[in-house]
Amino acid sequence: MTQVTVKHVRKEYETQVVIENVNLHVTDHEFVTIVGASGCGKTTFLRMLLGVESPTRGEFLIDGQPLPQEPGPDRGIVFQRYSLFPHLTVLDNLLLGLEFRGSSLLGHLHGTRRREAIAKADHLLDAVGLNASRNKYPAQLSGGMQQRLSIAQSVICEPKILLLDEPFGALDPGITGDMHELILKLWNMNKMTIFMVTHDLKESFYLGTRLLVFDKVRVDSQAQDRYGATITYNIPLKGRRSTQALDAAFDIGKMRNDEQRIHDYILPLGR
Amino acid sequence: MLPFILLISAYLIYSDARLAANPGDKLLPSPATLASTMHHYAFEEDERSGNILFWTDTVASLKRILTALAISAFLGVALGLNMGVIPFVRATLTPFIAALSLIPPLAILPILFIVAGLGELAKVLLIIIGVAPIMVRDLALRTAELPAEQMIKAQTLGASTWQLIIRVVMPQLWPRLIDALRLSLGSAWLFLIASEAIASTEGLGYRIFLVRRYLAMDVILPYVAWITLLAFGMDAVLRLVRAKAFPWAESGGSR
Repeated sequence: MTQVTVKHVRKEYETQVVIENVNLHVTDHEFVTIVGASGCGKTTFLRMLLGVESPTRGEFLIDGQPLPQEPGPDRGIVFQRYSLFPHLTVLDNLLLGLEFRGSSLLGHLHGTRRREAIAKADHLLDAVGLNASRNKYPAQLSGGMQQRLSIAQSVICEPKILLLDEPFGALDPGITGDMHELILKLWNMNKMTIFMVTHDLKESFYLGTRLLVFDKVRVDSQAQDRYGATITYNIPLKGRRSTQALDAAFDIGKMRNDEQRIHDYILPLGR
Repeated sequence: MLPFILLISAYLIYSDARLAANPGDKLLPSPATLASTMHHYAFEEDERSGNILFWTDTVASLKRILTALAISAFLGVALGLNMGVIPFVRATLTPFIAALSLIPPLAILPILFIVAGLGELAKVLLIIIGVAPIMVRDLALRTAELPAEQMIKAQTLGASTWQLIIRVVMPQLWPRLIDALRLSLGSAWLFLIASEAIASTEGLGYRIFLVRRYLAMDVILPYVAWITLLAFGMDAVLRLVRAKAFPWAESGGSR
């Protein structure tokens, strides 16, 4: 059981308020998707959950405990890119988390323990469809394969929370469908809570059990940085919608911008 | 290949022309003279010292340059890694190393001879002073440019700082170290020859400057070719080691 609670969180850099007054409660095994315009603090929010940034005010609680102020094995992360280790093969990339845990001095496993780790990795390699490429280096993989590996690499450590920062943003639209099936499969397999930042509104509806929209409520035209963004919509999505229904909804709103789409066509779907 | 053939042909033609005009000409010796001199240097003992000069020179020079490069590489990794990973060390050492690397090494060669004497130490030190600061700076930059995403990802996989260094940072530094070594080969040889030219009793650079007094081009030219070949060989070996040992670094992808 993992409960994530966010209380009155505010983040400001010297003169700029990025987000303010963010409150949230997420129960176990949710899939939270986060959308919003660029510069609305989506990634900042994710980085605070990760532990690489700390809130100026307010607090993050995981199961009632304050969030540790550095990244740790209970929270996995998949970035848009650069999160694989180029000097390790696919298999070694996958084993790395197990080796960190199993051998504090050398960071390498040997003998029986290595074979056990490989057996575990094999299972995941099959799940993400990379078993045939197990001895290749990341640079030899396609973008989609790299992201699948990066996700598997985090999942093998069985994190309570998996953070995804636009993981499919750099991929061909054609393969994102496969990636969606994969992430849903792993989400159900490991029963973790997922937070995913995305630019793709349709994706956020398709994958999420809860949709968060970050936006600025107040804007001072004299000082753009004075007010930060907050969660303007927190929509529980009950049941997964069929892609057709979503396509229809998005076709109606084709000519409008995302904010209007949410308001006019998408919000009623969530209710 | 063609430029080499042209150069050698030009040499042969001019050498032939000069020798036809003056058989005692020393500037462009004929291939036969070059061969017989080198045969004497490489296969016969020197009457005075009992050494085979060519090989004693080669061994002496290689010993100096390899020692100096090994120590520089060690310094490069040790300091560069710490400067790249630990902000405090970076802030403290970066300006110092930057200033150090701007001292012309040849300008402090007299200091080295005064302090370290005329033996091997001064020569090796000169090469290290000439090569190591640049290597340290290069490796510090290379370490710092590893994507922050990788470090964060490793932490979320449970890595401690120590594990991060030995499993993520160091392995990615080795091919970069080889690149730094290859780039510094040229200046390493420069400093080696300079120190040997000034105070030495053996060595490739020493020999060239010694026989200069006799206009012995039949020694100087083969020695220069040999030095070039050695440098080229070292470069080729490093390149080969990099390709064999770090195949992942070859395709150039930084992901």
